Amino acid sequence: MSGSNNGNSQNGNGYRIIGSRPVRHDGVDKVTGRALYGADLRLSDCLHGKVLRSPHAHARILSIDTSEALASPGVKAVITSADYPETESKIIDLGEGPAILKDLRANLLADGKVLYKGHPIAAVAATDPFLAREATKKIKVEYEVLKPVLHINDAMAEGSPLLHEDLHTDSLGKKSDKPSNVAKHLRFEIGDIDKGFAEADEIFEREFDTAMVHQGYIEPHNATALWNADGHLTIWSSTQGAFSVRAQTAGILNIPESSIKAVPMEIGGGFGGKIPVYLEPIAAMLSKETGKAVKMTMDRDEVFESTGPTPGSVIKVKIGVKKNGKITAADASLAYEAGAFQGSPVNCGMMCIFAPYDIEHVRVDGYDVLVNKPKTAAYRAPGATNASMASETVIDEIARWASLDPIELRKLNAAKEGTVRADGLAYPRIGYVETLEACESHEHYKAPKEGSFRGRGVASGFWFNCGFKSSVTVSVEKDGTVRLIEGSTDIGGTRTSLAMQLAEILGIEAEDVRPMVVDTDSVGYTDITGGSRVTFATGLAVIEAGKKVQQEMARRAAQLWEVDASDVEVELDVYRSKSDSSKSITFKELAGSLDETGGALSEQASVSPQGVGGGFGTHIVDVEVDPDTGKVQVLRYTAAQDVGKAIHPSYVEGQIQGGAVQGIGWAIYEGYHYNEDGHMTNANFLDYRMPTTLDLPMIDTILVEVPNPGHPFGVRGVGEVPIVPPCAALANAIYDAIGIRLRELPMNSTRVLKALLKEKGALPQGVEA
Amino acid sequence: MKTYLKTTINGEDKELLCEPRQSLLDVLRDELELTGTKEGCNNGNCGACNIMLDGRLVNSCMVLALEAQGKQVETIEGVADTEGLHPLQEVFLEEAALQCGICTPGFILSAKSLLEKNPNPTEDDVRLWLAGNLCRCTGYDKIVRAVLESAKRLSESPQSEVAS
Repeated sequence: MSGSNNGNSQNGNGYRIIGSRPVRHDGVDKVTGRALYGADLRLSDCLHGKVLRSPHAHARILSIDTSEALASPGVKAVITSADYPETESKIIDLGEGPAILKDLRANLLADGKVLYKGHPIAAVAATDPFLAREATKKIKVEYEVLKPVLHINDAMAEGSPLLHEDLHTDSLGKKSDKPSNVAKHLRFEIGDIDKGFAEADEIFEREFDTAMVHQGYIEPHNATALWNADGHLTIWSSTQGAFSVRAQTAGILNIPESSIKAVPMEIGGGFGGKIPVYLEPIAAMLSKETGKAVKMTMDRDEVFESTGPTPGSVIKVKIGVKKNGKITAADASLAYEAGAFQGSPVNCGMMCIFAPYDIEHVRVDGYDVLVNKPKTAAYRAPGATNASMASETVIDEIARWASLDPIELRKLNAAKEGTVRADGLAYPRIGYVETLEACESHEHYKAPKEGSFRGRGVASGFWFNCGFKSSVTVSVEKDGTVRLIEGSTDIGGTRTSLAMQLAEILGIEAEDVRPMVVDTDSVGYTDITGGSRVTFATGLAVIEAGKKVQQEMARRAAQLWEVDASDVEVELDVYRSKSDSSKSITFKELAGSLDETGGALSEQASVSPQGVGGGFGTHIVDVEVDPDTGKVQVLRYTAAQDVGKAIHPSYVEGQIQGGAVQGIGWAIYEGYHYNEDGHMTNANFLDYRMPTTLDLPMIDTILVEVPNPGHPFGVRGVGEVPIVPPCAALANAIYDAIGIRLRELPMNSTRVLKALLKEKGALPQGVEA
Repeated sequence: MKTYLKTTINGEDKELLCEPRQSLLDVLRDELELTGTKEGCNNGNCGACNIMLDGRLVNSCMVLALEAQGKQVETIEGVADTEGLHPLQEVFLEEAALQCGICTPGFILSAKSLLEKNPNPTEDDVRLWLAGNLCRCTGYDKIVRAVLESAKRLSESPQSEVAS
């Protein structure tokens, strides 16, 4: 274990660069305003596109008349789904999961029905964004308004209005006869659940309801497209994956991927929400129609209403336990909002819900449920936070029932190497217990709890680490610096975490590496920045390419000295002849001799690694509840996480702090608020309340380092785990403070105050609990 | 109809024609191509577009461009000078106080205006002053630390224009 958010760099373990804290390579551009994000692009003779969006949550489109809009000042083109090229229905890989092409297309431009407020219907290109916006208002659409389906329980009820008349439930592999709003019913099962509950001394059965929340990245979506006369399409956008932009756009427009160049601009936050495309294919169609570049940016309300948030959910948890606190069986049912089209992250929630525990008998059911809300997308550990809110608050109840400290109870039941998860996977070396021990011995956990209406809560969580595919190219400059060309868009400092791994391998300084994120024409195929994979997987590509460079440099040294390559040994940046100790040359000197030894030196590596290292986190939070207003104030927060090996500890801490704070927002402030017509009533940053500086204390971090055996430096996925525990940790702390279990999210002032009043029997008449 | 606007941006006089409906943010970004000032919400809620107008911190999305008539505007492009980065910019880099960076220009302008008014802020002062700037990546911890550290460095530096 090492590190804390203000500690010294802990680059022990014999590393020179790994574990140090260099200034990030893109830093100066970002503190001076020079970094170019998607909306900062300026192209000559560029048109501007705007989208007409549905004012209804659920309606049939009877007719669309674009003629008046097309005749408006400055307007060059208007498109609807009728302008889509013909294509076959197929499934394409979105990066963090497959997507049905037909659904992707219908989500970008409605086809026959609108399925949520904000659903795009048509798009306009004009000489000016203001004129484009004005013209969208002149598009005449006739609707047959239908009753919206807004809650999972309503969507699953017999006789509910249907979003898609042709959707049948895929239930454990069999299709239902009748159409339904439930796209899928999945199940994981290990052991014998009935036997497990029969062994229990007590059974806890609880139900939870959580609201839809948004990733809340500060930069709205954007895309600029130029469909050139030569048939080549260039797309500039802020995305988590340029190759995914290319694949999705090619699929939607039915053109070859090779005809598209996707240019990843700097990205102003993504958290999973910038994996799907929303504007890119539309801008491309408008560009084809007009022969000019077309730029599109979203307004904040469009981001909330029309891009993918993460689902609200209804979760039932049943856990059987012995008097000594040993869990005998766990059963859960998770129903997640998919939004308007199928594909919620319920399967991930199912894998994560009991992931921290070694339980012999487990059954988990999952339901993917359609509602008249935007199609959900990934959000940092998608599906896991909802699940953890449910399981980890029940675990807290069990600890109190068993008169055990909540960390003791977790240690008693903790998953370890070899534990089999509900989905059948047996864990490799993991560091869950180490996070529990780190919390137990932390000063925060030992500090006395003082004051009334104050409480402390603990919760744990798990998330995966993805491999996928990554490519890099490393070229040596004559001055001994190195260019690192990569395709992983950098959201939080991965240029630097990759450059540091290369510097470590080559024995040079992190500052001697110049990392660059380039377009899809300029680097080998690279999957999305998602699944906490870049420092791990692209890191492995960097290490492989770095070793190739080192090998070739040794060969060049051998050439200089006219010895056999096997005679050259390398230590850090020094290349030596084994047979003649007078012959030695540094990396820098050797780089200066490249021309005499065969010219340019450039090496490439493409990987699709296994050996992923999932991670666990345990969080401690102290809160104070205002009994008069129900406001929950976070007083102190500590997050321990098994990070494998922190390449750049500051950015690892930053991931943990940022994830924890998003989780705090999810727990006590945030949530999509809908009126009965299915209109989101808080689609702005004032009413969709994200945490501010004023709401928070410092977020203390404990970096637990149990190396991942699947990576030479031990890297695990880090970015997503920290959003998993906070909701449950806060719920447990609130219980500790006021003695009331809250099982709905968000636990905002209204909900807490109602709970307090209900407890006292003082809830005013007519106010729903 | 377009209207004549004369304003001073980072010490340079600028003359241009703009629509009366255009915000200062739109004019900075679209007419003057000063894209360091960012749009996050266009509604005064996120602070990504914060700039100084005659020495006062404002959301440039909530100011009409014509309100800058004859005034002094300072944007992120004017924070570093020929001597190099401003201490706030340096410390933001050293303390890893940014991840995606989209909110960073707004935070630096806000922090700079705080330190001009209050060279020795407490953590609470910093948290109160920065509550109008949203960051979704960092959880604010390293930002608050960076501002406190910058204040320390500025007050220790005799040449600092802020401290003097």
